[in-house]
Amino acid sequence: MFGLTKKDLSLLGIVAILTMAAPFILNPFPTESAMAQFNAGYPDLMQKFVIFGIFAIGFNILFGLTGYLSFGHAAFLGVGSYSCVWMFKLLGYNVLPGIALSIVVSGLFALLIGVITLRRSGIYFSILTLAFAQMSFALAYSVLSNPKFNLTNGETGLQVYADDPQWFHSANLPDLPHLFGLSMRATHRMTLGGWEFQFNAGYYMCAIIMLVCFYLAIRIFRSPFGLMLRAVKSNQQRMNYTGLNSRPYTLAAFVISGMYAGLAGGLLSAVDPLAGAERMQWTASGEVVLMTILGGAGTLIGPVLGAGLIKYFENIFSKINESVLHSWFGFLPDGLEDFVITIVYPFVGKGWHLTLGLIFMLVVIFLPGGLIEGGQRIGRLFRGKKASKAGKSATTEPAE
Amino acid sequence: MDAIILQILNGLDKGSAYALIALGLTLIFGTLGVVNFAHGALFMIGAFCSVTLAKLLNLSFETVDPTQKDFLGNPLKVKTPYIESWFGPEVGATIIDWSVPLAILFAIPIMLVVGYVMERGLIKHFYKRPHADQILVTFGLAIVLQEIIKFYFGANPIQTPAPDALSGVASVGGAVGLNIAYPIWRLCYIAFSLLLIGGAFAFLQFTTFGMVVRAGMADRETVQLLGIDIDRRFTIMFGLAAAIAGLAGVMYGPINAPNYHMGMDFLVLSFVVVVVGGMGSLPGAVLAGFLLGILEAFASTTWATTTIPGINQIIIYLVAIIVLLTRPRGLMGKKGVMED
Amino acid sequence: MGILEVKNVNKRFGGLQALGDVNLSVAENSCHAIIGPNGAGKSTLLNCLVGKLIPDTGSVMFDGQSVLGRKPYEINQMGISRVFQTPEIFGDLTVMENMMIACFAQRDGAFKMHAIGSMWKEKDIVEKAEHMLESMNLAEKRDMHTASMSRGDKRRMEIAMCLSQEPRLLLLDEPTAGMARADTNNTIDLLKKIKEERDITIAIIEHDMHVVFSLAERITVLAQGTPLVEDTPEKIKGHPKVREAYLGEAQVA
Repeated sequence: MFGLTKKDLSLLGIVAILTMAAPFILNPFPTESAMAQFNAGYPDLMQKFVIFGIFAIGFNILFGLTGYLSFGHAAFLGVGSYSCVWMFKLLGYNVLPGIALSIVVSGLFALLIGVITLRRSGIYFSILTLAFAQMSFALAYSVLSNPKFNLTNGETGLQVYADDPQWFHSANLPDLPHLFGLSMRATHRMTLGGWEFQFNAGYYMCAIIMLVCFYLAIRIFRSPFGLMLRAVKSNQQRMNYTGLNSRPYTLAAFVISGMYAGLAGGLLSAVDPLAGAERMQWTASGEVVLMTILGGAGTLIGPVLGAGLIKYFENIFSKINESVLHSWFGFLPDGLEDFVITIVYPFVGKGWHLTLGLIFMLVVIFLPGGLIEGGQRIGRLFRGKKASKAGKSATTEPAE
Repeated sequence: MDAIILQILNGLDKGSAYALIALGLTLIFGTLGVVNFAHGALFMIGAFCSVTLAKLLNLSFETVDPTQKDFLGNPLKVKTPYIESWFGPEVGATIIDWSVPLAILFAIPIMLVVGYVMERGLIKHFYKRPHADQILVTFGLAIVLQEIIKFYFGANPIQTPAPDALSGVASVGGAVGLNIAYPIWRLCYIAFSLLLIGGAFAFLQFTTFGMVVRAGMADRETVQLLGIDIDRRFTIMFGLAAAIAGLAGVMYGPINAPNYHMGMDFLVLSFVVVVVGGMGSLPGAVLAGFLLGILEAFASTTWATTTIPGINQIIIYLVAIIVLLTRPRGLMGKKGVMED
Repeated sequence: MGILEVKNVNKRFGGLQALGDVNLSVAENSCHAIIGPNGAGKSTLLNCLVGKLIPDTGSVMFDGQSVLGRKPYEINQMGISRVFQTPEIFGDLTVMENMMIACFAQRDGAFKMHAIGSMWKEKDIVEKAEHMLESMNLAEKRDMHTASMSRGDKRRMEIAMCLSQEPRLLLLDEPTAGMARADTNNTIDLLKKIKEERDITIAIIEHDMHVVFSLAERITVLAQGTPLVEDTPEKIKGHPKVREAYLGEAQVA
């Protein structure tokens, strides 16, 4: 079905079930319980999971397959966000034109940047993409927000004002982003015992789009094009001497992943119609790299997993402040309590970025293949010694 | 004419910061083959060395002066820095006033140790890993270092004034009929940077150590075959590159108050400088640093910014794009360095 | 008129004359060896043929068309395949995937955007790749990652990939360098078999005289960047100039 093998189809199926049932799965603790702070089943956060999932899936098409490490993908995210809000300002709050434009504009932008940066590979490419992203940030933050020509609204961020044209807006449509009248903020609450589950229109729209993106990514991974991208990563020399021009392949991958990023940016605006320049900063580019690597670059499910984990921990860690820590470690004797809190405090709350940086380093140092590889290692460990003995003769690699 | 010289001076002081960071980046890349995304963080750590020293020097004890009253009528509490009580008020105050230049002495051992620990503790293990891993791990380190600084020093810039004697304005070029008023400290910074750059080049050119390092940059394997312990020298080289970046940061404090993200701001531009100068070329890095600094200064004039708003923020990137499209190897890049 | 015509090719690197007035003509469907001591310019010449280097002067014509100024992938698409000294293959892909890449390159050219259909549904490619693996005795290693193969298997893999592109000229750069004797002999047998079965021209750069005299129909001796002599293997063996410049008595026997 869908032109997928059984294995890929079941992977897609699992992801589909998980995303559709996310409001339940992410809300395991009753609302009143102390553990409720670890719930993740509310619209804001679930939207972030799937949107950054799209971002990471797209990034993985470039980095995971071709090995080209872009440090500037946040620029495309930002461009997508701005495009979408501009559609809101000009046409009205229906999200479809905005999302469509964000894909198109970020694709064109990626084409422009790709043509220049892909003249180089390796470190050079990473530096160039980083420089371009910083330039885009400077452009968005100050250059393109002057009174004569205001495209981005600078520091305040681009948003819809009452005097914007909104040509297709009418009184019976919601005054917020909507899909043919269905507000993105529309949420159905269901109470079951001590639990409250929220079903949000914006989340489900993003989730369905993510599933489509995921499906397309699987098709790309299994296609001849995907094979060529892996060839780029493996050995460009052989590729060129096999009569293949690697440049258009990498450029195509770059543009596709730029479009994914733009789509993610558009969706961010669709669920919250405010686009700011900080989305384009290098930290944002670094974040998507981390998501992809944490999950496992080059694997299908890894980046989605990474995006979910990062966004979840960001949310949890940022919420923890000193008083939360005191309530957690209150059972310890006073001196010890203070000591533990002094140790933990720098890593939580505003210190989330410190934790993020540390995770980043630890993953690169100890688990370059990401969690998927880690899982496989553990899996191999559990399969027992019998299997490993039998497998040993087959997997032992001759010395080169 | 005056205005042009003024902009060139403006460009030289920012340019010398770029040049110093780019010099260190190139040294590390050339010797160790690693692109150090944490190099900007070293610049920042340097700047915070002078902040720390100023704080240490200002450590005070309180005494109550019964002869004076504060505005509530209570006896006035007087803070006296320990340093003033040790060396007497005048010498003590002078020491505090000169904390930034003094921080150079304070920062050199710190930066060498930081560089040494960084190379031996982390980067050493990444020589044989793919470039992407090197970039990622140093990138992560840059985030960690900057967040640690943010945790201890806060997110706001911290003023680190230059010594009184050097914080005035000097008249430049009177001898040739020019009349330009220019901050003395900035002139000091330019002179200091030129000295540092000259020192680094002389060191590489005239010492045996430098000769081995240059040979290692050209052909690592052969040098190792000669039985020279190149790794140890490269470690020292890393420490030196760290010290150069750190000193650039120490002295930059009075020009721009240090904040935790100054490292990344300078790093991205320094990368552009390295690319424009030509990957792996030390003179290229220095030359491009100064050129781009001057260019940025001219783009920051009111005339330029009213003609094209914000041009000062993107000029360096624009030039980099043009250079790359027309001279992909950079201004002084050597053939075969970083090519596919 | 040969399929490959090299005329008056010069190449300098700074003060070093790497190639001086090289003239070379490789006849169609022959096996032509280029030999010479280290630093004779063999690799420089080869790099000029495949587009990696551009000669300072002179011309290189393949089947009546100039190859100069073309990129390596364009030259490959003209019908020249190159085998490297150390096997260049896609190490982290499987044997079958390696083969399929070569087959795709031959069918679809330098670039084609095939992003949605599954690669395993390209029946002609899969069949051709399987057939090729079969004929090169690599079929049972089909799903193995090529990085973990032996040196000899890697070499066979690389030659198989080149052959699947149905090139008219196969360039071999010291194909047996660093190989054990058994692997060397296997490679010689393989190349002999290829020559018998196909209409293909082979140009080989080699150090190992055993390989050269087993395969070549004509030999060009290169010394200090210029061709010394060109003749049949028998004549070359006895040629005094060659003995003096390169071979050394012991090796000839």
